[in-house]
Amino acid sequence: MVFSIGAGGVLTRRNPLVILLCLELMLNAANLALIAFSRMWGNSDGQIFAIVVMVVAACEVCIGLGVVVAMYRRRLPVDVDEMTELSG
Amino acid sequence: MAEVLFFIAGTGAIAGAIGVVRVSNPFYSVLALVSHLLSLAALFLLLRAQFVAAAQVIVYAGAVMVLYVFVVAYVGGSQMPMRPAGGPVMNVGAIVFATALFVELVIAFLGSSLQAIDTDGAQYDAAFGTPGQIGELLLTKFLLPFEVASFLLLIAAVGAVVLARRRGGIVDQAPATPLDRPRPLGTGTMAEAVGVLLPEGSGLKEDKPEREKGGW
Repeated sequence: MVFSIGAGGVLTRRNPLVILLCLELMLNAANLALIAFSRMWGNSDGQIFAIVVMVVAACEVCIGLGVVVAMYRRRLPVDVDEMTELSG
Repeated sequence: MAEVLFFIAGTGAIAGAIGVVRVSNPFYSVLALVSHLLSLAALFLLLRAQFVAAAQVIVYAGAVMVLYVFVVAYVGGSQMPMRPAGGPVMNVGAIVFATALFVELVIAFLGSSLQAIDTDGAQYDAAFGTPGQIGELLLTKFLLPFEVASFLLLIAAVGAVVLARRRGGIVDQAPATPLDRPRPLGTGTMAEAVGVLLPEGSGLKEDKPEREKGGW
């Protein structure tokens, strides 16, 4: 029972198009697996890991949205395929 | 009861995830992600992770999603369409990659841990997953990661401010307001009234509004 939850979390790993949102999805799938393992072993360490993952996800959202806003300010196209300035 | 809740929350989580990927309007995509996160919080509660569930609802479904909604509203929902043409090769490759990843993860789960599926899991004491226990662990066993995470948050906040601020050197091209359009001479503009205009016939250059010089 507990571990079919992990399989359900794996199901959420769909391929990203709305890329940041899907990054969130993948991090959450990992979170769900962590918490399921933590429950399985009766050990709270997995929950600490999940909290750290949430912190990292918040940082990533912060920076990612900052980049999006900066791109929008400079009137660059908000589309990953057309952002080629960094490709050398 | 727990099984019913589990299946409701599980289907909600999977439906929300599919909605995030499939819906073309990013605003609805964010809303689907909110429902996904709420379902996940219910699953966390079922797994005796009360503190993480509460943090999920408050931090994720609350704060982070509000940030997303603001940015989507700022950038404009219709300007971020789901790219229909990334090329057929790209689409097929994406599907193949996702399927391969899924199969690999299923194999990993089947190999490692399905022996626990019919049991009730490990024994746990009544304090398992409560905020008290989590806080005690955070301040004793995981003190260093805790501090590092707080520094990471600080750096991310500063970095986001630096990334998104208005730069002094780059002209911020605000969308043209009616005031910015050049007006024909002799149509009674405020600039004419205060005598800023050059004599007739010197072109439209003098019709730049006063705003560009920084005053009103």
